[in-house]
Amino acid sequence: MFNQLFPNVDWGKMLDATYETIYMTAVATVITFILGILIGIVLFLTSDNQLWANKIVHFLTGSLVNIFRSIPFIVLIILLIPFTKFLLGTIRGANAALPALIIGAAPFYARMVLIALREIDKGVIEAARSMGAKTSTIIWKVLIPESLPALISGITVTAVALVGYTAMAGIIGAGGLGNLAFLDGFQRNRTDVTLMATVLILVVVFIIQYIGDFITARVDKR
Amino acid sequence: MIDIQNITKVYNTKNGKLTAVDNVSLSINKGEIYGIIGYSGAGKSTMIRLLNGLEKPTTGSVVVGGQDIAKASGAKLREARQKISMIFQHFNLLWSRTVEENIAFPLEIAGVSKADREKRVEELIELVGLKGRGKAYPSQLSGGQKQRVGIARALANNPEVLLCDEATSALDPETTDSILELLLDINKNIGLTIVLITHEMHVIRKICNRVAVMEAGKVVEQGDVLQVFQHPQAPITKNFVSQASGETPETQASLEQIFANYPGGKIAKLIFAGATTEQPVISQMIKQFDVVVNIVHGKISNTTGGSFGTLFIHINGEPNAVAEALSFLAKQEIQTEVIEHV
Repeated sequence: MFNQLFPNVDWGKMLDATYETIYMTAVATVITFILGILIGIVLFLTSDNQLWANKIVHFLTGSLVNIFRSIPFIVLIILLIPFTKFLLGTIRGANAALPALIIGAAPFYARMVLIALREIDKGVIEAARSMGAKTSTIIWKVLIPESLPALISGITVTAVALVGYTAMAGIIGAGGLGNLAFLDGFQRNRTDVTLMATVLILVVVFIIQYIGDFITARVDKR
Repeated sequence: MIDIQNITKVYNTKNGKLTAVDNVSLSINKGEIYGIIGYSGAGKSTMIRLLNGLEKPTTGSVVVGGQDIAKASGAKLREARQKISMIFQHFNLLWSRTVEENIAFPLEIAGVSKADREKRVEELIELVGLKGRGKAYPSQLSGGQKQRVGIARALANNPEVLLCDEATSALDPETTDSILELLLDINKNIGLTIVLITHEMHVIRKICNRVAVMEAGKVVEQGDVLQVFQHPQAPITKNFVSQASGETPETQASLEQIFANYPGGKIAKLIFAGATTEQPVISQMIKQFDVVVNIVHGKISNTTGGSFGTLFIHINGEPNAVAEALSFLAKQEIQTEVIEHV
């Protein structure tokens, strides 16, 4: 029955594409998480009245984040082609999508990290300072644990956005479900392939959201 | 223990310079509980933060335990802070950590080994009366319990000074008293020097040995708590004293009522200070003179330096007897004020 509803779907290809989408999303999410927290912490600590208060660094980092956040993703991929080629030697395949995915998502996530860190009670940071904590201790033992639920729900939103980005990257040859929907579905006018690819993307998104919500609830002791 | 010389703290704000602390000098002895009282905006929050270097003075010096906090920085300042701990109005516990982990935090900062941390945390939990709550998260505790965790955390590294930043202002009166008792116990048992800031005279009266009154960045009055209570000089101190002695608009109302009900006799305001409160002054007066006494309004509390309070009484009887009774009172260690018709 399934094959009658989706006569043109090549299940082997569909499975490979799903795997590629998951691979691109997972790797990009992990690197975005680390990079975003790093940039977010720099943004936070260099803002006024914070431990590293520094207008110049704050302005430069903030501007960089805003620039990359403003470039439409599809344009960003094209702009990054030379960079990707230099880095990986090719612009095709799942790995070739990663630089663009990370550069597109990390600034977006860094902003969310900044918001999460600003939500931390200032008094808690002051208390840690009053105990003689070093800045590195404050980062590892106060800033990150105290904002963890917001950091996790933020990376969940980012990961979902990344699934969308991988589909766009697919159109210019990165593989994955977006690539399949575009080449096999749209260009060959096989609606059932497009539909099936959409369903699988939805499933991936739902699973990401479920995992994110589950972890957020577990780490939130407030 | 603490020596503050001519400190001034000026903030540069959008609306120009703001002097939070204005040329203040104080000296606080080892083992005493020193209170700084003032309304909000008086500069007392800045003042207490100058003592552990969370704020740096614009001019002046702050020496705590022989170390100049105003000049210290980096590792030296962080080390000094381990001996000058602090508790806060809103407790400032890490919600992501359990009670035990919160108390262990300063020990982690000080680099204490895991085994020693666990031992010390257990002692501290016992000390502040939170046995059995070690695995709870702050969100599962009441305000008073949270402050107990705050106190345990502050004591972890055996500090020499404890700074209390409005530590009881977010608590109800009963919990406030239990926290103050705990602080008093700690002060007596381990000889910890305590500096506290508050806007409640009640707190000062209950545990402080000495007090400084702050207004607009300046210390307008300082001295022994009883001294300041008995002879308040500055208008703001008088305000705090009448707040503490429980004089309210109700007092006035009940006085008027008494004047209306008992046209004869006199109303006297007795101000008790120190040891006299222990003696049955009023019952002696009734025995010696042929007068009847009616207590109109009163509030007497025990402080570290004795008892303090005011009592309004109505004395009636033969004019001669009343006059003699009043002169008897005047001879006691009580300040007596005869209140005339309003």
